[in-house]
Amino acid sequence: MGERCAVIGVGQTRYTTKRTDVSMAGLVREAALRALDDAGLTFADIDAVVVGKAPDMFEGVMMPEAYLADALGAAGKPMTRVHTAGSVGGSTALVGASLIQGGVHDRVLVVAFEKQSESNATWALSTHLPFGASLVVGAGGYFAPHIREYMRRSGAPDHIGALVAVKDRRNALKNPYAHLRIPGIDRAMVESTPMLWEPIRYLETCPSSDGACAIVLASEKAVTGTPAWIHGAAMRSEPLTRAGRETVSPQAGKDCAADVYRQAGVTDPRRDIDVAEVYVPFSWYEPMWLENLGFAPENEGWKLTEAGCTALDGDIPWNPSGGVLSSNPIGASGLIRFAEAALQVRGMAGEHQVEGAATALGHAYGGGAQFFAMWIVSNRKP
Amino acid sequence: MRDVAVVAFAQTAHSGHDTGLTEAETLHPVIEEVRRATGLSRFGFTCSGSCDYLAGAPFSFVSALDALGAWPPISESHVEMDAAFALYEAWVRLQHGDIDSALVYGFGKSSTGDLREVMTLQLDPYYLAPLGLDQVSYAALQAAALGGDRAELDEIVRRSRADGRANPHALDLPDPSGTEYEVEPLRPYDIAPITDGAAAVVLAAGDLARELAETPAYIGGIAHRIEPHYLGMRDLSRSPSAADAARAAGVGKGPVDVAELHVQFSHEEPMLRAALDLPEDTVINPSGGPLAANPVMAAGLIRLGEAARRILDGRARRAVAHATSGPCLQQNLVAVLESAPPSEEGARRG
Repeated sequence: MGERCAVIGVGQTRYTTKRTDVSMAGLVREAALRALDDAGLTFADIDAVVVGKAPDMFEGVMMPEAYLADALGAAGKPMTRVHTAGSVGGSTALVGASLIQGGVHDRVLVVAFEKQSESNATWALSTHLPFGASLVVGAGGYFAPHIREYMRRSGAPDHIGALVAVKDRRNALKNPYAHLRIPGIDRAMVESTPMLWEPIRYLETCPSSDGACAIVLASEKAVTGTPAWIHGAAMRSEPLTRAGRETVSPQAGKDCAADVYRQAGVTDPRRDIDVAEVYVPFSWYEPMWLENLGFAPENEGWKLTEAGCTALDGDIPWNPSGGVLSSNPIGASGLIRFAEAALQVRGMAGEHQVEGAATALGHAYGGGAQFFAMWIVSNRKP
Repeated sequence: MRDVAVVAFAQTAHSGHDTGLTEAETLHPVIEEVRRATGLSRFGFTCSGSCDYLAGAPFSFVSALDALGAWPPISESHVEMDAAFALYEAWVRLQHGDIDSALVYGFGKSSTGDLREVMTLQLDPYYLAPLGLDQVSYAALQAAALGGDRAELDEIVRRSRADGRANPHALDLPDPSGTEYEVEPLRPYDIAPITDGAAAVVLAAGDLARELAETPAYIGGIAHRIEPHYLGMRDLSRSPSAADAARAAGVGKGPVDVAELHVQFSHEEPMLRAALDLPEDTVINPSGGPLAANPVMAAGLIRLGEAARRILDGRARRAVAHATSGPCLQQNLVAVLESAPPSEEGARRG
């Protein structure tokens, strides 16, 4: 893992369908300034800037980091642009942390964003190369069959997805940055919404959001304010089209979790981790990831969800911020998970704070459930 | 810093037209070549560079993973930049000390679109892109700001194309001729050719570097810096970010036998030569450089590979490689490659 590294600042924009009042540059700058303010720093204190976002066709700007250099105070510094599909927000945090863990820099600004209102994500995800397979279905259409297979294998009752949708949206009501805020949401409301991709109903899917998230990372000697120390960091990728690939509980996810747990000394994730921010863009991915991440035995993740274990007052709260189901600026969604995990162990999560949270997991996945990024942060120095 | 070296490099026989291969098919042979050269089938870290806009579809790097056969799952990341910046990320990752090898690759097919117009889309979408300023036009602005000597630029193109003809991986392009302008003051031959291709590099640290190569090309220093995006905020006749990166990488701390520069327009060579403060006797772009073959997203990595290759085969003792990103040399990466490990004084930090 190299040198010690900590999150010392977090900044988010209020996630919403359309931010017509700011440009992309204004959006990322808003998050960056909030993160710097949280760390008690300015752009002048930053050594390097790392930007992440999902496919450039989401906004129609190719390699937009070139244009964002000015707004992020990057002139005269190294700037890197990360893109690893939906996991990119998490990967961006890890690339930023790597610059410190490798002993190259002391303070790194990491920013991830998506301004989905500039284009249409489902269109951008559905174009394809000549002679390549086209799914023409966007993300929901791609993942629905995997969910159906999970339901078949596990025998999970049909209502589990709705429970996750309600739980995460109730948490979102406690998060001032959350996009979807649905007072009075309950299972009946979720089940009354249209079926989009069997078994995913309208309220069981993530929104399209405009938003940016930023964090400031520091080496041990450059820490200011309240640090969240990184205890483990890992990425794993596997091919999309490998014959025999286990797409419901991908090996890359299991390997990534095993790596990050080993680094952090986690042997029983449900016991050793106090809170998790996990990438759940479709409700059923909560029970599926509970199993993939080792919080529950195979085919039993849904039982934890059903018993309320993952609720804010459960024994292992998942997505107290409201998660991807409540806010989804795609390229930033992974970084928001990582940042929210840091906020929890810094004790700065406000109304959705998990009391006494000392160790937290941040998780992101992307592509055809083939790219994974995770970190474990703690209020203790490693 | 930990001693990290380039121990293997492979590139395609680049093509000036679409050969019908997909990006993944273009990439696969060079991955196999560096695997054979090193005897490694797995790497501690893998990092790549590519651009969705060349193919006009999202996730160009996803199909690359299929070409790689990333199974069992690998520790991997991707930059939407030239793969030279992926090499930088891999070099940083090797500094952690827990892994000893990294695979870096980049690929691009610019033949399938109109690169000149596609590159317009990397400009500020609110204030610059709507002006329709295409890649050649903004490069011409920079060439005009520099006001380079026409005979010198012609000689750069002539030399680059001649070297390219001697390089089996580069295109066969004739000596420059003609007096018409593409966009004044750029003539058509001042512009790097449309090229499809891919490249791969293996980095190794510590003892593994010495095991895998007789003369590893040690990275003595590597750094990159960006400038403001707005062309009006920059003195386009200079490249301060390249100069800063060169200082951070330690270019001036010794002789430079060879420099491979990411020159996509002929006027960029004298600009970069000045910014990097290269000695008079340094041989520039003996491979022909991007003016002889410019597979976008791999061309910067190829500069690192070509410079390293001259250390690996004993033809040079100290070489410099340069890669760029963004309009008018907005961001520049500079690396020093050496036949001797830098450990005694420590690699200069980025």
